[in-house]
Amino acid sequence: MVDNHVLLRVDNLVKHFPIVRGIFQKQVGAVRAVDGVSFEVKRGETLGLVGESGCGKSTTGRAILQLYRPTSGNVYFDGTDLTKLKGEDLRKTRRKMQMIFQDPYASLNPRMKVGDIVREPLLIHNVVTEAEANARVAQLLELVRLNPAFAARYPHEFSGGQRQRIGIARALALQPSFIVCDEPISALDVSIQAQVVNLLEELQEQFNLTYLFIAHDLSMVRHISDRVAVMYLGVVVELTTRNELYSNPLHPYAQALLSAVPIPDPVAEATRKRTILVGDVPSPANPPSGCRFRTRCPIAEAICAERRPEFREVKPGHFVACHLVS
Amino acid sequence: MSELLLDVHGLETTFKTSEGVVYAVNGVSFGLKEGETLGVVGESGCGKSVTMLSILGLIPSPPGKIVAGSAKFFDHDLLKMSSAEIRAVRGAQIGMVFQDPMTSLNPVLTVGRQLQEPLMLHLGMTKKQAEDRAAELLAMVGIPNAKDRLSDYPHQFSGGMRQRVMIAMALSCSPQVLIADEPTTALDVTIQAQITDLVKRLRSELGMAMIWITHDLGVVAGLAQRVIVMYGGFIIEEAPVNELYANPSHPYTIGLIGSLPRVDGAEQGRLTAIDGVPPMLFEKPNHCPFAPRCKWVMERCWNENPVLETVAPEHRVACWADVKKEGPH
Repeated sequence: MVDNHVLLRVDNLVKHFPIVRGIFQKQVGAVRAVDGVSFEVKRGETLGLVGESGCGKSTTGRAILQLYRPTSGNVYFDGTDLTKLKGEDLRKTRRKMQMIFQDPYASLNPRMKVGDIVREPLLIHNVVTEAEANARVAQLLELVRLNPAFAARYPHEFSGGQRQRIGIARALALQPSFIVCDEPISALDVSIQAQVVNLLEELQEQFNLTYLFIAHDLSMVRHISDRVAVMYLGVVVELTTRNELYSNPLHPYAQALLSAVPIPDPVAEATRKRTILVGDVPSPANPPSGCRFRTRCPIAEAICAERRPEFREVKPGHFVACHLVS
Repeated sequence: MSELLLDVHGLETTFKTSEGVVYAVNGVSFGLKEGETLGVVGESGCGKSVTMLSILGLIPSPPGKIVAGSAKFFDHDLLKMSSAEIRAVRGAQIGMVFQDPMTSLNPVLTVGRQLQEPLMLHLGMTKKQAEDRAAELLAMVGIPNAKDRLSDYPHQFSGGMRQRVMIAMALSCSPQVLIADEPTTALDVTIQAQITDLVKRLRSELGMAMIWITHDLGVVAGLAQRVIVMYGGFIIEEAPVNELYANPSHPYTIGLIGSLPRVDGAEQGRLTAIDGVPPMLFEKPNHCPFAPRCKWVMERCWNENPVLETVAPEHRVACWADVKKEGPH
């Protein structure tokens, strides 16, 4: 089913945001939002990217699409290094990769009609004539289960779930092969989340789409992903197949994170064992030495403060960055 | 059966907006027993927060208006109290914790000052006594160096720590009831686990009753003994927690539980989504509020709004269909 060919390869991606001070805007430090992240996304698969707020998962998604220019590292999309592309070349490549945003209220221009929002990418990339565009917009709206007549309306007339569908239609307009879904359901009500996730799954099957699904909801990530990467403070700490991660997490952070997710079942909740992490996530402007997680890690040892653990394959397809996992 | 601490009956609350009257809460009745934790579950706009704010006299009026109902707390009706009377109850006998700890704390006052205020106001402590007690409270909710942190301002605390401060404040006067409105929704999942763990510990130490409002069926499963499910300003199902999850009997509850993936157990197929969107509540429905989205809907649902009926011990459901006998259409 899944072609094992790699569509996207992220190699040691780094994105630092400078902290500047004074009238000369002297750089006094950096927020190390993403600090050396490497992974691959195979054609037709969904890679889930999970972590808590501030771990750098959204920055990773944006840096892949070159919405933020990476500080260093490479992003190979279909063999092309996106970090080397500029101007017209980059714009042309962008047709193949799109994004669905978290906030369906902020990501649609309130002064544009729905039809114009969905049409805009078609016109920018000059892929259809004005006459063909209307038919294509109607087709796209139907694809996301919206009435084509809605094209004449404004975003404020729609509910959150419907707006997210409009955002999905816009992302699909140029028939991309890769879509970064940045927390696409976290602003939606519970009963609406399942509608949008089911739609994303159907569209993936229909068009053989590849997703990078960024979310903090580990239950939903388990549902939609083929493989999952867990991020903590700018680095990927564990990456493996969905079933392996959820049944056999190896990194202490992944273990604690999974044990903290509430299960909608009182019987299971009553008997499960929890690892409660102490303290808060440190600031990415001043991350701990060595392993980023060591300040909250229940099993940390001296070596964890000295050396940064290597992100290594401990089992076929199962990558972990921890000194203490053998 | 222990006696009811709080007995809410027939509560109706409306809001006047520029687009018409919104019927936010449409006749809600429930009780809270001594020492129990009641979960109130529903999506945004279902009336769960408005119900609690109405009971606490925190509905801004206008535009809000409590149209009908009573809320008995120790033989007094909270809804009939003057604002001075209810102020004496709020924060003293009933503590509250809200969703966003940043907007519920005053940013220009130190945390210590804000903690001391209810102690001096409700318990008549002196400044010195209140200061000592405030430090004890911060230590109780697990804030390190409690005494030194009294002079810090809210922005010097992280989100999880601020929510601990809110909990310390809500518990400062040893209330009989704690009402928590989505207290962990703004927090990360590992911090949420810290807070629910803390609340469980304090609940058994202090023996208070709790109402926990949330949209997260997972959090409720681990915390509550009894659960109320709200939809469109009505209670549509009410049951002990194990019974509700093992035997959901309202099509909406069944849909909600079916639409949730889990981190444990076997892998599910496609999620069973609920079609449509929640109601806007611009009209008081004379039919079942869930009828437009229901897979069991029949003619009667459009003519009569079902009332809660007992289907099992302590398990009440407002639905005309027999979801156990018939499958969905």
